[in-house]
Amino acid sequence: MSASPDLRPATEVRPSSAVAIDISAVRRDFPILSRQVHGRPLVYLDNAASSQKPRAVIEAERSLYEEYYANVHRGVHTLSMASTDAYEAARSKAQRFLNAGSPREIIFTRGTTEAINLVAATFGRSRVRAGDEVLVSGLEHHSNIVPWQMVCEEKGARLRAAPINDDGEIVLDELAKRLTTRTRILALAHVSNALGTVNPVAQIIEMAHARGVPVLLDGAQAAPHVEVDVQALGCDFYAFSGHKIYGPSGIGVLYGKASLLEEMPPYQGGGDMILSVSFEKTTYNELPYKFEAGTPNIAGVVGLGAALDWVGGIGLDRIAAHEHGLLEQGTRRLQEVPGLKIIGTARDKVAVLSFVVEGVHPHDMGTVLDYEGVAVRTGHHCAQPVMERFGVPATTRASLAVYNTKEEIDVLVEGIQKAREMFA
Amino acid sequence: MSAELRELYQEVILDHSKRPRNFRDNPAATGRAEGYNPLCGDRATVYVELEGDLVKDVSFKGAGCSISTASASMMTEALKGKTRAEAESLFDRFHRLITSDPSRAAENSAPELGKLAAFSGVCEFPVRVKCASLPWHTLRSALEGGDARVSTEETEASRGDAEAKAGTGRP
Repeated sequence: MSASPDLRPATEVRPSSAVAIDISAVRRDFPILSRQVHGRPLVYLDNAASSQKPRAVIEAERSLYEEYYANVHRGVHTLSMASTDAYEAARSKAQRFLNAGSPREIIFTRGTTEAINLVAATFGRSRVRAGDEVLVSGLEHHSNIVPWQMVCEEKGARLRAAPINDDGEIVLDELAKRLTTRTRILALAHVSNALGTVNPVAQIIEMAHARGVPVLLDGAQAAPHVEVDVQALGCDFYAFSGHKIYGPSGIGVLYGKASLLEEMPPYQGGGDMILSVSFEKTTYNELPYKFEAGTPNIAGVVGLGAALDWVGGIGLDRIAAHEHGLLEQGTRRLQEVPGLKIIGTARDKVAVLSFVVEGVHPHDMGTVLDYEGVAVRTGHHCAQPVMERFGVPATTRASLAVYNTKEEIDVLVEGIQKAREMFA
Repeated sequence: MSAELRELYQEVILDHSKRPRNFRDNPAATGRAEGYNPLCGDRATVYVELEGDLVKDVSFKGAGCSISTASASMMTEALKGKTRAEAESLFDRFHRLITSDPSRAAENSAPELGKLAAFSGVCEFPVRVKCASLPWHTLRSALEGGDARVSTEETEASRGDAEAKAGTGRP
């Protein structure tokens, strides 16, 4: 029946990681990749900002709206039940994606930013007191700095940051020194957005837990590239965004250990997060609904489910292997360009190439590359402390995804050469 | 290279960005202001030395993209010997040029712009408008004397004009 949402679990049978992905087939899944920009084939290398969407995701939203859309968790009618089923099926897909113990531990948010804000505003505000400390790292995106700064300011607590070295790796000894008896939470990027560094999170979580410090991982840049198992990691919170993992924008996931989520106060008040309301007292709903006030982003959730299915169908291990090949080739090619310096040279990296070129400002680089059809991000990447650490105001960042090719790296390098000829 | 790109990066702009003129500080300045674009990290400090109502000297220091460097450099050349009122009026002209609807750019060109007309291509690139206008906003503060700081983002809020709409997007 066409009106039934796709409730099947994320694909569990998939080709072995030894089998390379069929790049042409992958590219055919993304309608936008066939367009041109300024008369050149689009070379989309801005995936760390947001990735493009496969037809399966677009189709999932279309079919929801055309075939079975209604509000969720409300009606007894057919459409509402179908929508609710699809919504909750996506929650189970997210649970399996992160290997969380229960769907009760999966909360839908607007994105990683809102997920971190949720934890800061509930867990943070109820645990952090005057004189306490919150620990982050020198690699963080602003969205894993500012929510904690706000809590610290309100409570008279101190925000501390573990420094990074010249390769863009967290200095673990320095991090350990900052895990004190006053530290209430460690909030850390799993993967750095500006540099691509993959942090040794399992080791860091162990260090933090040994001192009784709970850990939140900002997985916005990790989820599309690295297999995540929240139970194996033992992290207390994990956040990621749909739009960076081939899903819709405006939807994200917060995983939290049920024991912590249960003791946390609600984030927002409204419909769906309550069991009963009178003017005297409100009884809050159980997990995860306690944290999902108001009619949620239903289409976003369904689209995210489709995206996770799509990723599962290819396999994150195969995606990572493909992207790693591109990273190696890209690193080699960029190093051949005179005057080019790669910022972020960690041993363990995802396919992010952040760089500066002598004599060419990133803004000009971005404009020239755009006219070659190449989309890159230029600026500080919402990580000004990282830029300051490396003494640059901005970089150009090429960030790769499953659909990028070796030929596209060549186009990037040719574009960089053109910019050098113009400006340097 | 495409026509639009050539229009943006005209020879005179590339020349000034590679060899900026009046690129120095001025201990005798009567006013100095620091301009900052937090979105791309561009910084320009503009030094103005007024003699009565006349701009006796104007210079700048800083680091930015080719558009902002060339804009600062060409601004300093255009302003020497002008009165404050003339400087203000030139800024208005220049601002109109870089924020105009590209199809009407010709109408907003004016003879008094002189070499600055080379920036007409900027209006095709809304995200680059702030690069070109930063030195001018900074100049305006420096003309008021003393020591001031200007941010493109605060400017955006207070001006509420085409530049604000152009926006360079959230970080």
